[in-house]
Amino acid sequence: MAHVEDLILALLVLSGFVFLGSSRLRFCIRTLALQGIMIGLLPLWSGPRTLPARALALAALSIAIKGALLPRLLERAMRRANVRREVEPFIGYNASLFVGIVCLGISFWIAARLPLPEASGSSLAVMAAFFTMFSGLFVIISRRQALTQVLGYLVMENGIYVFGVALALDTPALVEFGVLLDVFVAVFVMGIMIFQISRTFEHIDTDKLSALKE
Amino acid sequence: MATLLIPALVLVPLLGGIVALIIRGDRPRRALLAGTAVVHLLLTAGSGGAAPALGGWLALDPLGRLFLGIASTLFLAAALYGAGYLARETGSGDDRRRDLDEGTLFSNAPEAVFTGCLLFFLATMTLVCVSNHLGILWVAVEATTLASAPLIYFHRHHRSLEAAWKYLLICSIGIALALLGNFLLAVATKSSPRGEIPLRLDLLLPAAASFQPMWLKAAFIFLLVGYGTKMGLAPLHTWLPDAHSESPSLVSALLSGALLNCAFLGVLRALQVLSAAGLAGFGQQLLVGFGLFSMGLAAAFIIGQPDYKRMLAYSSVEHMGILALGVGLGGGAVFGALFHAVNHSLIKGMLFLVAGNILSAARTKTIAEVRGLSRALPVSGALWLAGFLAITGTPPFGTFLSEFTILKAAIDGGRLGVAVLYLIALAVVFVGMCRLMLRMVQGSPSAAVAGVAGREPWLALAPPALLGALGLALGLYVPPFLEQLLRNAARLLEGLS
Repeated sequence: MAHVEDLILALLVLSGFVFLGSSRLRFCIRTLALQGIMIGLLPLWSGPRTLPARALALAALSIAIKGALLPRLLERAMRRANVRREVEPFIGYNASLFVGIVCLGISFWIAARLPLPEASGSSLAVMAAFFTMFSGLFVIISRRQALTQVLGYLVMENGIYVFGVALALDTPALVEFGVLLDVFVAVFVMGIMIFQISRTFEHIDTDKLSALKE
Repeated sequence: MATLLIPALVLVPLLGGIVALIIRGDRPRRALLAGTAVVHLLLTAGSGGAAPALGGWLALDPLGRLFLGIASTLFLAAALYGAGYLARETGSGDDRRRDLDEGTLFSNAPEAVFTGCLLFFLATMTLVCVSNHLGILWVAVEATTLASAPLIYFHRHHRSLEAAWKYLLICSIGIALALLGNFLLAVATKSSPRGEIPLRLDLLLPAAASFQPMWLKAAFIFLLVGYGTKMGLAPLHTWLPDAHSESPSLVSALLSGALLNCAFLGVLRALQVLSAAGLAGFGQQLLVGFGLFSMGLAAAFIIGQPDYKRMLAYSSVEHMGILALGVGLGGGAVFGALFHAVNHSLIKGMLFLVAGNILSAARTKTIAEVRGLSRALPVSGALWLAGFLAITGTPPFGTFLSEFTILKAAIDGGRLGVAVLYLIALAVVFVGMCRLMLRMVQGSPSAAVAGVAGREPWLALAPPALLGALGLALGLYVPPFLEQLLRNAARLLEGLS
């Protein structure tokens, strides 16, 4: 079933470009939900198949959290903070897409050079993982609004997760549950803060968070 | 009994935090905070023979015990201070408060949430110290960020919101990189004869020699950058001055004295694996570089720093640099660095608590507006002066001994260039802090502190005085149990290099 895995990975890279090129937050959140579902499904095709029950439980849980719960939290934060779109990012959308292409090239280069341990993972998955991480990091750096930065953080986290799946790492369930829980609480706390920021500053432009400096 | 000890260490503050969120009375809640801290310290003191729990996922080695002891001691001091602090902050009926810097009104977060998060913070830090599995360690370090972010946002105004946001986002990104480091480490283990090894320290260390070195090095870099962000190593420290200056002083004391050490423990665990694989030299070089850079950068920002809480925060960056440098030098400096971690936590905890006293009396964080503390607040002024001497490594404080041990190890090891840079940074910090802190103590009281004489409740003085006394005592006499613990902990790190 390698072609299903490849299809998911290709969609993952495409969704990364959607993030880089889109200004509408609701659309970005929907894409994030789709990404969450895709990476939740990924281990079913490429992960270690020694414990199917466990793999299924983890897939179900991560789809529930990354594909449904987190996007809903973010949409709620978006409505309460009353923002629709990312206006005037530090780096424009066309330039962002160009940076995305450069990131893709770097990811290919890294994936081709890494000496993969035998019998584990495809270099396409490593490429997709690095590209997703880079695009998330770039979104955090280049966007002004707190909500978009949280989206970037989640995209980056997704990339790291794909890396773990791609190399068929046998991380214990306890750790994976812990990571999921941490990410969930992180977004929950960030969501509350976004609401507070919007109430205190009447918008969630982190550009205005600049009282503290030397 | 011994098997229940480690779970109890984590569960006591966790349950305490849940209860604190539920009960209504303020006074019982403050008693609960102090009581939990006492129980936790007693459990920590008796944790010598604690058996591994949860099938070996949690275990206490000397390194973990050392950092757990520091965190628990400091938490007790902060909790006692907090009982008085919370009474002052929320005692009056009106909960709108005047912003010190801008004169606007703000309110505090509910006390129950604050106390609950404090106890959760202790539970997560304990989990960091007792985790024997690098994945659990990661989960725990991220959990410390989440438990402490609401603490920074206790005073609900826009500056503390900004600080909390920066803290949460920067540390979360850092910790995400550490997760990648864990994954890289797992890949590195695949080349061992038995295939992939779980990230449990007791299984990793004996097998480390067979790991793929390139992946292992990459893993160390990501773990160092990830946990280093949380630890405040320059240039990844940018969240630290904001978070320390805007949070309530007892939270600053805990962040600086306990949390930074917990992140340091993450770096040390990574170094343990690296040196077991025979690659200690690679990690040590990186640590020396980061250490010296942090010291230099902190020294540059301390000179002419206008805000005394930010000055203390940069001093923490400097001392984290000293810790990284000491461990990076190897040999006797490792002992010095671990001893310095103890000393720094005691003294920095004391200084932040005293800074809280000064802030609540003078109602300003600007150094230029605070003068004549020795007359206006005699006890706090004296403690501030003692703290200045201690934090800059003046004899007879413990910091002098530990800083000197690191210097001696650097010279013995023939690292003269490092020793010179280390001394220059220490000297610059001494001069910088001397200028700023002495001026606050001397002279006639300025307008901000003129009318506050005698407003020094004992609950605000005893905890910092106790921490300072411990820091002084360690300079005169190191008790055998502590020396043994430090030696055992240092052996885990230096034995293989």
